[in-house]
Amino acid sequence: MPLITASKTQPEYDVIVIGSGAAGGQTAYTLTMGGAKVLMLEAGRNYDPVKETPMFQTNAVAPLRGQGTPEKPFGFHDATIDGGWQVPGEPYTNASDDPDRQFTWWRARMLGGRTNHWGRISLRNGAYDFKPYSRDGLGFDWPIGYEDVAPYYDKVEMLVGVYGENNGLENTPHSPEGCLLPPPKARAGEVYAQKQAKKLGIPVIPIHRAVLSTRQDADNLPQRIHPGNPKAQRVLAQAMRERAACFWATSCGRGCAIKANYQSTTVHLPPALATGNLDILPNAMTREVTVDDNGKATGVIYIDKTTREEHRVRARAVVLAASSAESVRILLNSKSPRFPNGLANSSGLVGKYIMDTVGADFGGQVPALENLPLHNEDGAGGGHVYVPWWLYKDAANLGFARGYHIEFETGRHMPGMGSARNLDWLTGGSYGRQFKEDARRYYGSFVGFSGRGEMIPNEDSFCEIDPTVKDKWGIPVLRFNWKWSQHEVGQAAHMVKTAGELIEAMGGRLQVKPPTDGAKVIHQGGNIIHEVGGTIMGADPKKSVTNQWCQTWDVKNLFVNDGGPFCSNADKNPTLTIMALAWRASDHLLDELKKGNL
Amino acid sequence: MTPTPLSAMDRRTAIKWMLTAAATVSILERESFSAETPAPVAKGYGTDPDLLRDYKPGDVWPLTFTDAQRRAAAALCDVIIPEDSKSPSASALHVHEFIDEWISAPYPDQQKDRPIVIEGLAWLDAEAQKRFGANFSDLVRRQQTQICDDICHVPKAKPEFKTAAHFFKKFRDLTAGGFYTTPEGMKDIGYVGNVPLDKFEGPPPEVLKKLGLA
Repeated sequence: MPLITASKTQPEYDVIVIGSGAAGGQTAYTLTMGGAKVLMLEAGRNYDPVKETPMFQTNAVAPLRGQGTPEKPFGFHDATIDGGWQVPGEPYTNASDDPDRQFTWWRARMLGGRTNHWGRISLRNGAYDFKPYSRDGLGFDWPIGYEDVAPYYDKVEMLVGVYGENNGLENTPHSPEGCLLPPPKARAGEVYAQKQAKKLGIPVIPIHRAVLSTRQDADNLPQRIHPGNPKAQRVLAQAMRERAACFWATSCGRGCAIKANYQSTTVHLPPALATGNLDILPNAMTREVTVDDNGKATGVIYIDKTTREEHRVRARAVVLAASSAESVRILLNSKSPRFPNGLANSSGLVGKYIMDTVGADFGGQVPALENLPLHNEDGAGGGHVYVPWWLYKDAANLGFARGYHIEFETGRHMPGMGSARNLDWLTGGSYGRQFKEDARRYYGSFVGFSGRGEMIPNEDSFCEIDPTVKDKWGIPVLRFNWKWSQHEVGQAAHMVKTAGELIEAMGGRLQVKPPTDGAKVIHQGGNIIHEVGGTIMGADPKKSVTNQWCQTWDVKNLFVNDGGPFCSNADKNPTLTIMALAWRASDHLLDELKKGNL
Repeated sequence: MTPTPLSAMDRRTAIKWMLTAAATVSILERESFSAETPAPVAKGYGTDPDLLRDYKPGDVWPLTFTDAQRRAAAALCDVIIPEDSKSPSASALHVHEFIDEWISAPYPDQQKDRPIVIEGLAWLDAEAQKRFGANFSDLVRRQQTQICDDICHVPKAKPEFKTAAHFFKKFRDLTAGGFYTTPEGMKDIGYVGNVPLDKFEGPPPEVLKKLGLA
């Protein structure tokens, strides 16, 4: 991508956007389409999925047959570059030595950030999800409702391309006509699960994912997305025509050279650059936001990683989109006499109420799926169906608050190190020709169910600046504090119990019974990589960091457009909502800029 | 941003499922014979490797099997996955070289497997010498299976063979992983994907029929 270097930045921009992932990409897209001059700072290197994605490479040509390592935790061919649970030279710490009290932080130092490899599951929050406190007295209500965000969900779905279906289920919103692309057909194990799950009263419906199951309607969508803006329509139509439909091969986690799935680098940034209003500066590690005597943001100080030199850039407004925790870090490191506790922190809440998604997984083996006639089940990558939360009516009897959805793992995937591993509980330890027969028989007969649920924000889960540790750039690092409550632990136990019931309903076998203690199966905090909160939005400046526009209460030309302003974390994967809120905040920012209010 | 479940499988799902399975290994049973196998000193591929090139064992870090270990590994690979009408044997596809790559890798999981494999192979030759007066690779298949029958299933192995049985389980998993990821292995196990399609049609009628869904 045509990017600039530190010496080529303009003297002043309308807006500086820090980060280039889902939030930064959407923000830069909306602002540049609206005519603002934008500088985007990215802490990692430039990355071009069209040239760099390993399409069709098999595990046989990867070191260790593609198995994940600390340097490539999701596997060798995963898109993540210079990232993972640890980033060399850029540590974070945990206050506790107890793994149950620790947060694991996934970062990707590359253009497009985590959007390059994410799972692309794109579910809308429902009306309940914006008013959780009103429903059960826990956590916080959002200062906005579903109706405020719905038009932006529509626009994001049309822009990035999301397949799915409207199914009429509770708190699982419909998309208007023309927003969704047709979902791919369910795989064998998924159709079979769907039928058997009916006996348990569990609905199985097509999932929504940001993948082009067909090409986008470049003749009509741009007018719907950008009414009254002919230049934006033209630029977007061109960008849409450069994207191909999915050809049903190559895991989405590698990224997509044909631009069939959404990643910021193929969907948001090319049209934003085509407006001529965007400069992107990679290898730029933001240290702090600068302010003037009136308490307004003036720009940022960043380290050019290629020279280790410090630079300043100026703008009329600054948007943090660095990932919720990284944005907290920047705010807390932006200390000045006027803001001794960090920027936008008069409430003392910057870093508080961080959340992840509750996760627990369980799997088994289904004899009905053995020895099926050979067929191609690659599909769109990821499960084609899922179970939305189905027990809203039973909330009082479950022993935990809120709910979860279930993601599916079935099918005859490209073989990896796990495909014929640990078969001895089924084979009695076969080897030789019998083992080869067994491997054929059992391949594709395993099913896995992953519960993904809502965590309630709590006082014990927060991040702060570590008083002593700095990264290799001399910037103080984050220290995490974490605790699951009984709600999350109870939910995790329910997830694996349900998974066990689903497997048994399919006539399946379990190697072990699902543990009844949720603490034994719940994933560590941060593990699901749905990190949100830390700069929560609200209606009261004393009880929140931003208003409903992701605009900080204390510094009106400073916005946090990533997951930071989430004040609850519904079971719906957060990325679609991050993009919708970033678009909404950016529209507001443009309005305020035009009115001269910033 | 959950990754695609395909890769998630290896990372989270599998870890949690297998965690429970691993917990069934008694703490009294040892997986490796001693802790005297030194770790290799090598660098990994880093956090930004070239993803487009083809790699072979030995390309990124040096292989470390001795000749004796390589011979024993190749022989055991072929006892576990011999040639049949559908596909070649594991060693014909160089799976033992992949296992060498695995145990020579500078990462924690592989370094944990290293002593299990190295010491297991040494046990195998010693056991072959004890029973038949020759190294494992020089035995005939009937002699090799006589040893393997004693160690092929951890729950059924006699106490004196428990540690060797844990080695065999590990080695079988590595052999299977190395084998079924090759083009020949993928074909054998029945993987027919990784090709571009115009449309994804879902399961064909004969599959739905077999599942009672047609």
